[in-house]
Amino acid sequence: MTESKTSSERIAPEGGSRRIRVLVAKPGLDGHDRGAKVVARALRDAGMEVIYTGLRQTPEMIAEAALQEDVDVVGLSILSGAHMALTPRIMELLKSNGQSNVKVFIGGIIPDEDLYRLKEMGVTGVYGPGASTDDIIRDVKHAMEG
Amino acid sequence: MSLTSSVLAGDRLALARLLSQVENDSPEGRTTLAELFLSTGKAHLIGVTGAPGTGKSSLVNQLALHFRRQDNKRVAIVAVDPSSPFTGGAVLGDRVRMRDLAGDSGVFIRSMASRGSLGGLAQTTASVVQVFDAAGYDIVIIETVGAGQGEVDIARLAHTTIVVEAPGLGDDIQAIKAGILEVADILVVNKADRPGVENTEKALRSMLELAHPTQRVFKHHGVSMNVDVPKTTPSDKMIWFPPIHRTIATEGIGIPDVAESIAKHLAHLRQSGDWAARERARLEVELEALIQEALVSRFRAGVSQKRYDEVVESVIHRTLSPWEAVKMLLNSPHTIPSSIRRGNRGEGGKSK
Repeated sequence: MTESKTSSERIAPEGGSRRIRVLVAKPGLDGHDRGAKVVARALRDAGMEVIYTGLRQTPEMIAEAALQEDVDVVGLSILSGAHMALTPRIMELLKSNGQSNVKVFIGGIIPDEDLYRLKEMGVTGVYGPGASTDDIIRDVKHAMEG
Repeated sequence: MSLTSSVLAGDRLALARLLSQVENDSPEGRTTLAELFLSTGKAHLIGVTGAPGTGKSSLVNQLALHFRRQDNKRVAIVAVDPSSPFTGGAVLGDRVRMRDLAGDSGVFIRSMASRGSLGGLAQTTASVVQVFDAAGYDIVIIETVGAGQGEVDIARLAHTTIVVEAPGLGDDIQAIKAGILEVADILVVNKADRPGVENTEKALRSMLELAHPTQRVFKHHGVSMNVDVPKTTPSDKMIWFPPIHRTIATEGIGIPDVAESIAKHLAHLRQSGDWAARERARLEVELEALIQEALVSRFRAGVSQKRYDEVVESVIHRTLSPWEAVKMLLNSPHTIPSSIRRGNRGEGGKSK
């Protein structure tokens, strides 16, 4: 099998071909989804399959979707400042569902002082306003190579 | 525990992982699917198709809710969306409309990208549906975008196909496109609070009157395979006339009527012998596709690229016709008569 140009199509270790599957969700109550949609489209353009679940997702809904869709990555868009409350809950649910191998990326309004703690929780990447979609794409692909 | 046993025991993570294996056509996926096949054949497969913007996902959401609340049926939903032909990626957004189903362990929603398939379904959608069937889901709803003409795969897969229209989308003309009406067992005019709903319904009704009754009920949609009419002569009761229902899916209006028609269609399929006939036709098509795939693989494995290229060259140089080339490759894949190779046109022209 040939490697596709975008390398979002990979040969799976178990055989067959596989595309990177990303869940993009907005937990909590904030209603600004333009950023999430921009990222979703960028990931699609990079050859990934994006399950877009939209606004007002509870941590339980996010974990349930991540499981049913057997995603590789969960992308959270949080502009409300509630990331320190929401993230641990989501990470905990992913783990108890047997999905601790899923990589979590967070985009939104995240103060620098929270970056370290989020990484400690196991978050793979954190992106503030003005982050480039190219960086996100590169980091997601890199995380999948591990 | 093997993947098969885990899935049959109700392990949802195992089910999700198996769905991925099957979607990616991995060797383990194929093996597990073969093991699970014996447990398939019980689920009612319902297809929901229609042009983008008609409200299919909202309808699916409401139907699933209805089946859960009324009948406590276990419902699986497979939502297929198109992959970008340029990048291969996809945005799968049907879950957005199905929040009412969150947290219900009797529901499982899986999104699939079409990955290059043109008929509205992905190549592995039928297999994914089989997994849900084997895993004990009573109803599997397959949702797919269909503008009507080419996207009729759904009718081959589903027992009951619902086509969703909406007023004001230029659908008066839409309704006339042959594909849509040939595949519909039930027609739904959604967004019925919009102006133009009367016209849309009228257009559909007049086209239906032209199309029915026919032997469509006994034919396999889209594939020119004739399914034998059952020996017992069908009375008029055996002919299914697709009903037209108005709905406002986002408000749950009109849903019980659609559910009732689904139940009636299921009863009709069983009583008329059409369920068995469609199952047979569907499995024959699937078997045929697998045979073809296996034979081509076997053939390719037996012919070296070099031989193949030599034959192609001969065809290009007009020393061999395509038909003769095929005969040659099939009968003697390893050697090409020197007369052909040297480009001796007179001798190479006719086959013995």
